[in-house]
Amino acid sequence: MTATTRSDASPLLKITDLTIGFADSRGVVLAADRLNLQVDQNQTLGLLGESGCGKSVTLRSILGLVPYPGEVITGQIEWMGRDLRRIPRRERAKFRGKEISMIFQDPTSCLNPVFTIGNQMIETLKVKLGMSAQDAHHRAVELLDHVGIPSPEQRLKLYPHQLSGGMRQRVMIAIAISTRPRLLLADEPTTALDVTIQDQILKLLDDLKSETGMSVILVSHDVGVVAQNADLVAVMYAGRIMEMGTAQQVIQHPRHPYTRGLLSALPEIDAVRAREPLTPIPGQPPNLAKLPPGCPFQPRCSHVRDECEDIPVELDRRYPEHGSACPFVDAEVFS
Amino acid sequence: MTTDNLKPLLEVDDLVKTFAGKSSVLDHLRGKPQPRLIALDGVSLTLPPNEVLGLVGESGSGKTTLARCIVRLETPDSGSATFDGQDVLAAGPAELRQIRRDMQMIYQDPYTSLNPRMSVQTAVSEPALVHGLVEKEGTERLVRELLGRVGLPFSVAELRPRALSGGQRQRVAIARALALNPRVIIADEAVSALDVSIQAQILNLFAELIHDLGLAMIFIAHQLSVIAQLSDRVAIMYLGRIVETGPTVSVFTNPRHPYTSALLDAHPQVGEEKRQEPALTGEIPSPYAIPKGCRFNTRCRFAEPECFEVDPPPVEVAPGHVAWCHVLPETLSGTHRSTD
Repeated sequence: MTATTRSDASPLLKITDLTIGFADSRGVVLAADRLNLQVDQNQTLGLLGESGCGKSVTLRSILGLVPYPGEVITGQIEWMGRDLRRIPRRERAKFRGKEISMIFQDPTSCLNPVFTIGNQMIETLKVKLGMSAQDAHHRAVELLDHVGIPSPEQRLKLYPHQLSGGMRQRVMIAIAISTRPRLLLADEPTTALDVTIQDQILKLLDDLKSETGMSVILVSHDVGVVAQNADLVAVMYAGRIMEMGTAQQVIQHPRHPYTRGLLSALPEIDAVRAREPLTPIPGQPPNLAKLPPGCPFQPRCSHVRDECEDIPVELDRRYPEHGSACPFVDAEVFS
Repeated sequence: MTTDNLKPLLEVDDLVKTFAGKSSVLDHLRGKPQPRLIALDGVSLTLPPNEVLGLVGESGSGKTTLARCIVRLETPDSGSATFDGQDVLAAGPAELRQIRRDMQMIYQDPYTSLNPRMSVQTAVSEPALVHGLVEKEGTERLVRELLGRVGLPFSVAELRPRALSGGQRQRVAIARALALNPRVIIADEAVSALDVSIQAQILNLFAELIHDLGLAMIFIAHQLSVIAQLSDRVAIMYLGRIVETGPTVSVFTNPRHPYTSALLDAHPQVGEEKRQEPALTGEIPSPYAIPKGCRFNTRCRFAEPECFEVDPPPVEVAPGHVAWCHVLPETLSGTHRSTD
């Protein structure tokens, strides 16, 4: 259950110094800047951050799916010791959807509207696992049943538009896990869903994780979703990791001023305690093309000082399991 | 519903709105009746002056249709809506103009609700000019005042929306709504598209405006924590009906309708352990075929035979707190942690 076991010789996925840039006529902006991340067996890593912080593009880079005009500039993405970036394109395609699968925010745009879901599931099984049509059909029925879709045999004949959003996301998950991947990349998998359906889908992912022993990288902007579902959390801001540690430590004892700001800006569901004015993070979201030198959070930080312009944005080693990129402020409560 | 003697500003009674569904040519020739989508199935509510009513519900519950019916962007099939003694549904063009001036809407997506070719100054002053509240010469003063009110520097007046962030755009949309000195603001998921750090800014701004300008507000959101932050009273909607309503504190701490407690349970809460079982199984039924009896019976774990036959009557479970449920289970797990 518990997070980092650094003793493990080679982690499942290890990202080192990953830098992703987007070029336009005005120059290059860095959507991810020297990121270091690691995922171990059967672990859920949560990437938490607001829109534009680079969490999705980081996730996509693992499968080589950074959208044009973005590009991975430097860094290693090691999959069980092999650098995915050095593997030839053709071979890399075999990883996609087999050892590493991905699910997206919007299942409507990921399923092909002119094929039945059965068609799309069976295709995956045939291509990725080399199954016969008949075996694939049986497996597809099993999979739909597994992700909690009632009367799977009939549902296979339906087109995506005949299913609800929650059902479509279940189909996406069924396709993603059909190849028994060792790592599932989930990009805001429940953001488009209603809260009761979100609850069901997250529970399903949890069950699948404990059954198959797969690992998950969960990208979300929702602090509550990450807090409840991740073992490890990396908090991103303007393409940098500001803080990383076990979910419990990061959420209960945030060290970085940005994480603390994020947590105190959350409205409370407890109606009795709500009603007090919230404590928002002042200012506007960062503009990646115009970041200040040093820490990107400076313009909005309540603890800003002159030295912030000179600091490198990297996690300190003060607490081995819980790094913060801010050398000046620390959680007084941190123990 | 409230015991105040204050006359409600807005009163909605038994509003019904259906939309025509699609039917095939063949069905049409066979004389099959066209299917009707039931968006609102008898919704009543009251809004006293200076009160915030939070409307919660999942997609398809009818929140937005209700808001649109209130300002008559949709014409309801039956029922009534009265604003300050005036019948909204029978109002002529001139009256309707006045009613809509007094009830302003703010939408979810400030990227599409603002005209990309209008500068902030034009966007904010346009409504006041159209309604003749201000002369051409007075616009700059008005814009300066409104932008200040919503916490924007006057320097943004010349900018187009694309130069602004999402939070700034939503502030512009709010300024535009305030330009007409409305008495009611209807905010339809107005903070849902914003990032947490910005969302908090806008929620605080709303709270400030309500207090300073004495506004009443219908605040629509699907996120319960956002509702709790702003609303005096809440109404929980499910499949075109209000299933529970009352003072926010009472409803959130002691929910009596199983749907309300499921919503509270499903809300992922920081600092709380994940529960073993999902709060609710199944999905919202089709609005073309609303279940007989209680409309929540397909997903309710407390359902009794009666629930499949009889539409539940309203029951006042606490002062001003009404739930439409036969069972009214009390021992619900949930977010209603003790309040002391």
